Amino acid sequence: MDLKIDKQQNDREIFVNLAGEIDAFTAPKLREELLQLSEGQKVIINLKDVSYLDSTGLGVFVGLFKQLEKTNGELHLLELSDRLKRLFELTGLSHVMKISAN
Amino acid sequence: MNQVMDYIEIKVPAKPDYVGVIRLTLSGICSRMGYTYEEIEDMKIAVSEACTNAVQHAYGMDEGGEVTVGFGLYPDKLEIMVADSGKSFNFLETRNELGPYTETSTVEQLTEGGLGLFLIETLMDEVRVLNTSGVTVFMMKQLSGERENHDETSSSQETF
Repeated sequence: MDLKIDKQQNDREIFVNLAGEIDAFTAPKLREELLQLSEGQKVIINLKDVSYLDSTGLGVFVGLFKQLEKTNGELHLLELSDRLKRLFELTGLSHVMKISAN
Repeated sequence: MNQVMDYIEIKVPAKPDYVGVIRLTLSGICSRMGYTYEEIEDMKIAVSEACTNAVQHAYGMDEGGEVTVGFGLYPDKLEIMVADSGKSFNFLETRNELGPYTETSTVEQLTEGGLGLFLIETLMDEVRVLNTSGVTVFMMKQLSGERENHDETSSSQETF
């Protein structure tokens, strides 16, 4: 019931690996970690090891996406499981954001 | 025929810390009842959303509230009630303002909150909201019966 956030950064890209559950408890920490370093950058988030996600987590990604769009950055969400992909599809976010299953 | 088989209730402090504990309880009850993996995962999201609403609302107010989650187990369905303790917000009004993002949504139109209620309605078979002294969200999910007996309600078709 926790979330592990692993960040790696080079000149123009930030890679983030998330592992665990993203819910009302862990989302605030995630928001803080992601928003502080992502103005105008290319952020690539791997969701392979995310076992649970709900609207609180989607809200974090929406917030990050908006911030990056405003500052000419980019957001890519990678390795979504079928479950996660379904959630992005149900909410319509898959139309708006760049997500991929691998 | 619509007799409750068993009733289980769990009460947690109105803090985000315990939403995961409710998910674990739910998940245990659902697998005991024979729901599929997909159904359990859907219910985990719906119940968490309801609990998150209750918790976040309680948070703005004075400390020390509780969230009560009741599970009514039937042979063919599970009913879940999530109640915040007396702190109300206008669930129905909020709900009507929500929905999925559409292909024509612009970046400015994306809101960071508010998908929760939409998800509850999408993922459960029946949702009702009682908005009296506090807010109680009532949800129901049919047990799609394919595992043991497939009589009645063939209307709740599988999504896959």
